[in-house]
Amino acid sequence: MKAAVEFQNVVKQFPGAGYPSLDHINLKIEEGELVTVLGTSGCGKTTLIKMINRIYEPDQGKIFLSGVDIEKLNPIKLRQGIGYVIQQIGLFPHMTIYNNIATVPKILKWDKKKIDERVTELLELVNLDPEEFKNRYPAQLSGGQQQRVGLIRAMAANPSVMLLDEPFGAIDAINREKLQDELIKIHEQSNKTFIFVTHDINEAFKLGTKVLFMDKGKVIQYDTPEEIRKHPETEFVDSLIRSGLSGQNYVREGEGI
Amino acid sequence: MIAYFIKYSDKFYNAFWEHIQIVVMTLLISIIFASIITILILPYKKVTNIVIQLFGAVYSIPSLAIFALLIPVLGLGRSTAISVLVVYNQFLLIRNITAGINGVDASLIEAAVGMGMDRWQILYKIQIPLAFPLIMAGIRLAVISTIGIATIAATINAGGLGSILFEGLRTVNVYKIIWGTILCALIAFIADIGLKTLEKLAVKKVEI
Repeated sequence: MKAAVEFQNVVKQFPGAGYPSLDHINLKIEEGELVTVLGTSGCGKTTLIKMINRIYEPDQGKIFLSGVDIEKLNPIKLRQGIGYVIQQIGLFPHMTIYNNIATVPKILKWDKKKIDERVTELLELVNLDPEEFKNRYPAQLSGGQQQRVGLIRAMAANPSVMLLDEPFGAIDAINREKLQDELIKIHEQSNKTFIFVTHDINEAFKLGTKVLFMDKGKVIQYDTPEEIRKHPETEFVDSLIRSGLSGQNYVREGEGI
Repeated sequence: MIAYFIKYSDKFYNAFWEHIQIVVMTLLISIIFASIITILILPYKKVTNIVIQLFGAVYSIPSLAIFALLIPVLGLGRSTAISVLVVYNQFLLIRNITAGINGVDASLIEAAVGMGMDRWQILYKIQIPLAFPLIMAGIRLAVISTIGIATIAATINAGGLGSILFEGLRTVNVYKIIWGTILCALIAFIADIGLKTLEKLAVKKVEI
């Protein structure tokens, strides 16, 4: 399969930090995967995804998106083609849900009819009634509803890659479960590549078609959840799995060997 | 007293309009300058602080002193007065505009950058609408301050209600002083109500 995202020997160190956030990362993420990036805070997982949409630039190495060196692309155009979801959601409080979702399509100058259809389709995708919700403002929605909108806003212009930085981190446990289930469904229906940062090991194994373990700026292991469970590469991974995972049911159905 | 007003109504009327002209001109020029300066300094936090402090220092100089200082350079008259008033307003306007824009939640900016909005789109679609209440507060302050300080501009022949007030002081004419004050307050009152209404109309569009 073609690599959706490829890192070649990427190094990133922030000024004042004693050690690199990303230490010679080599990584190929295939198209259509839902990769969960797992690690303790400060392991470089957020830095990793923020390099893909050039919020951070590498000190060394190259990053390719569908085979194209992203350094050669205009960062604004690059970002318009990548979905980006953050934990704080970041819905624009002065805009209706419709206008929030339509942000990127409007920048790309889609015609109004196409935007209308897209907004309706996306709201239905996350089970929010379009007629009821599209004219509301973000403050009139619950946290879970807001993050659903955050998710579909990022998908609005049909990006090939979605970057999600702990999107469900601030959402209560019950709603988080629901959102996770919806995300799996959305991923299966789309053929997009999802890269999902989390520090919750259960979430990582539940959602990921592949799990990427990071520690101290390095990739420790990158494999399917079953493989990692069966053959943890290091003791660190093993101990994390033991401490965090509570049984088989946290692996996606149909993923077995 | 009312008879006095009616008798000299032409004079009052002229001074009233002159005053309004000075205020409106000052305000328009001030807003244009403040916007340009803000856009230039906004990306640089340190520069922003220094610029605000500098204008703050200027703002604290008594207006009479500045008028006196500038007469040799710019001469007497209305343009000198407006120049001084514009410089005064920069402190109030730039401080409020930058505070409003920098006060916008960082996560909104991160989301906007991540979606591929450029600096201008972020500015006019996100930052300015969200900073609007603070920007309007700055403009209202500037209006009130301009109306007040513009009376002192009469000392350098800029006309306006100040000329009536100073005449009143010189000739110990209480009527002139009282009417000058009332008219001044009237302008401030109308301007404040006008701007508040404008603000309400605009905020209604973005309200939650």
